[in-house]
Amino acid sequence: MRRSFFPIIVVIAGLLAIWYAAVVPMNIKMALTAAERSGITVTPVGAKERRDRSAMLLVVQNTFAIKETFALERPRLPAPHQVAAELWNSTVNKKITSKRSLVFHGWITLSSTLLGFAIGTGLGILLAIGIVYNRAMDMSVMPWAIASQTIPILAIAPMIIVVFNSVGLQGIFPKAIISAYLSFFPVVVGMVKGLRSPDQVHSDLLKTYNASSTEGFWKLRLPSSMPFLFASLKIGIAASLVGAIVGELPTGAVRGLGARLLSGSYYGQTIQIWSALLMAALLAAALVALIGLVQRLTLNRMGMS
Amino acid sequence: MTFVTNDGPVHALSDVNLTINKGDFVSFIGPSGCGKTTFLRALAALEEPTSGTIHVNGQTPDQARQKRAYGYVFQHAGLYPWRTISGNVKLPLEIMGYSKSEQLRRTDEVLRLVELEDFSKKYPWQLSGGMQQRASIARALAFDAELLFMDEPFGALDEIVRDHLNEQLLELWQRTNKTICFVTHSILEAVYLSTKIVVMSPRPGRITDVIESSLPVERPLEIRDSPEFIEIAQRVREGLRAGHGSE
Amino acid sequence: MTLVIFAFVFWLAAWRMNVVLANSAASETRLVKLVVPVIFGFTILVVWELIVRGLNVPLVILPPPSIIAETFLDKLPILWKDFVQTFVKGALSGYLIGCTAAMALAILVERFDFLRRGLLPVGNFLAALPIIGTAPILVMWFGFDWHSKAAVVVVMVFFPMIINTVAGLSETTAMQRDLMKTYSADPWQGFIKLRLPAAMPFIFNGLKISTTLALIGAIVAEFFGSPTLGMGFRISASIGQLALDMVWAEIVVAAIAGSAFYGIVAIIEKGVTFWHPSQRG
Repeated sequence: MRRSFFPIIVVIAGLLAIWYAAVVPMNIKMALTAAERSGITVTPVGAKERRDRSAMLLVVQNTFAIKETFALERPRLPAPHQVAAELWNSTVNKKITSKRSLVFHGWITLSSTLLGFAIGTGLGILLAIGIVYNRAMDMSVMPWAIASQTIPILAIAPMIIVVFNSVGLQGIFPKAIISAYLSFFPVVVGMVKGLRSPDQVHSDLLKTYNASSTEGFWKLRLPSSMPFLFASLKIGIAASLVGAIVGELPTGAVRGLGARLLSGSYYGQTIQIWSALLMAALLAAALVALIGLVQRLTLNRMGMS
Repeated sequence: MTFVTNDGPVHALSDVNLTINKGDFVSFIGPSGCGKTTFLRALAALEEPTSGTIHVNGQTPDQARQKRAYGYVFQHAGLYPWRTISGNVKLPLEIMGYSKSEQLRRTDEVLRLVELEDFSKKYPWQLSGGMQQRASIARALAFDAELLFMDEPFGALDEIVRDHLNEQLLELWQRTNKTICFVTHSILEAVYLSTKIVVMSPRPGRITDVIESSLPVERPLEIRDSPEFIEIAQRVREGLRAGHGSE
Repeated sequence: MTLVIFAFVFWLAAWRMNVVLANSAASETRLVKLVVPVIFGFTILVVWELIVRGLNVPLVILPPPSIIAETFLDKLPILWKDFVQTFVKGALSGYLIGCTAAMALAILVERFDFLRRGLLPVGNFLAALPIIGTAPILVMWFGFDWHSKAAVVVVMVFFPMIINTVAGLSETTAMQRDLMKTYSADPWQGFIKLRLPAAMPFIFNGLKISTTLALIGAIVAEFFGSPTLGMGFRISASIGQLALDMVWAEIVVAAIAGSAFYGIVAIIEKGVTFWHPSQRG
């Protein structure tokens, strides 16, 4: 990991540089319109004239406007520092209870994510155990578990929200159901793979000890499945987060990161969109890193790292 | 040759002076860590010596490699599973730019040499370990290289198959007249196959003895019970023990 | 109420049949392996139908399968148009562009160790993020029509595809690479004859994952803005009208499209990577 530190920094710096460079041509038309309105002469004159011109050409002809492209209020492409500033503003500089605080919205989304993840993972592990120990269950359910991964489940998220709303369940629970569903199948598939992973030699050894099925489960299958379980948990929690966000879209929710994305896109508040997206990204990264940490600690204790 | 590892420098080979003549069958024998594989790889330009010089056909190993002067057989067959046996044998021929008709001719010829002509359309996983290794040898013989480097090619096979392959290899050598450098763990194999035996010992890797074999070129398997054979084998064993004792 | 009881009885009977089949001597045959999950799926449909009708569940909560089937057949022309807009124009084009771009970049990245060590962790990181969140931004840049949906799909499939391709290209063992060295093969030959075929299992793994991501991306992106056409649009519009049977009909289309897309890629995979242990069973 240490060896890769320098290349990673270089790549990130490179990506940021590309981002910054892209801001100029993306925003130039808007900047020139604003400049013209405040009386500065722009080449060529008139927004209509400029509409079909190439962005690069306009930049070259109006280099004075470059600075302005980094400071627009509703840019087509916000500059990194603009997004960072907005993020800072809506997290640190706002009261947590304020409707504009990204911490508040982040928490709304996070709570559905965690609840859904817990339900999905719990049920998933139970089903996996059922599949591994019951042949009928294995043959009936497993093909569907695998097939369901090819179906875009996320598409029915809006419907689930609406249906639950009409029976009176609102807020966190319907979103949690979506999150639960999205993490359920990856956990089932991964856990089944893990529970079945021990070598034949290991199970044979236990047979020579006349160990019971339950002992075999606790002493062999469950420990062997840990690496697989953690891999699925990482996928599951990322999926749960996406589920919670998408769950906030349909009913025009006003709370949560998905809601912020939606309102930002309705009102053309691009910087708001980007900062909400960045917040969601940070949340996802933190959750996956957390699971990674638990994974490392657990596997270390088990001597399996 | 010195490798730098996490635990400090490891002197893989030191004071190695050796001359190999055309048409020789040279075996390198020694315990693990004596540097025999490293030496072979250095000859093949797969490793760089930290000091000293190697001449292969009067050139540096890398020049020889670029001129495709040798074929290399690894410990494991390393056949590409997505190619048939004949496809695998054709691999070097395709890379070296032989014409399609030449490719076909050589592949047929060399598969017949190792008695695998009936399996040319099969895939590697459909063959046993011994057959895969035979295919790997065929692959190394397919193109015109005077040298053959073999790194414990029969190490992963059982003794019965090994004996059979030893016989076949000798026959191949006599028929094709190549110069063969052969790394092995087995004293029996080394004495049976070679015209010259290089005994090595570890830490640092060095040569403790070079034995010119007095055995005739024609060698049935029974020769392993003859007094000359046993004498040479004794000498090898002494060389190995000496190297071990001087640690 | 009788319907509910009947549903329960049916469930038990079907389960019993599956248990018998699973534990029978014929359980390893392909026929039984196919029949058991089919019975299971069919049972779920029957139980669904009976319970919904038996308990008189309102249509705006959960329509029974029979009504969904009826709507499906009835509204087939609209469903087809939606399918073309979302899948063919949005998902498929984005899939092709995204996968090709990712593979091309992966080949470049794999050649330069420095790039690989820097890009791969960053790529892994980006792949775990809720990429779907870029949908509103892309709709803003590319407009309401299918182009923005294709763009979302490109972004969604890009990272899993590049990670898998790079992993696949690095999959060669030292021994295979040494063999190439002994042939004095030039880098291009090494690529075409060794690294590319060896990478195929990984590449197809990525391609399969990407089929699902493509469909999800295209549909969900439509929630953020779309012309009056498309599967995502139809779903959110029908929800607004409380026409849940139409929503389910679209889901059926999505399920068929998703599994067919995945299935086709899997079949191609079987042809190309027939040699890999995972395909040999």
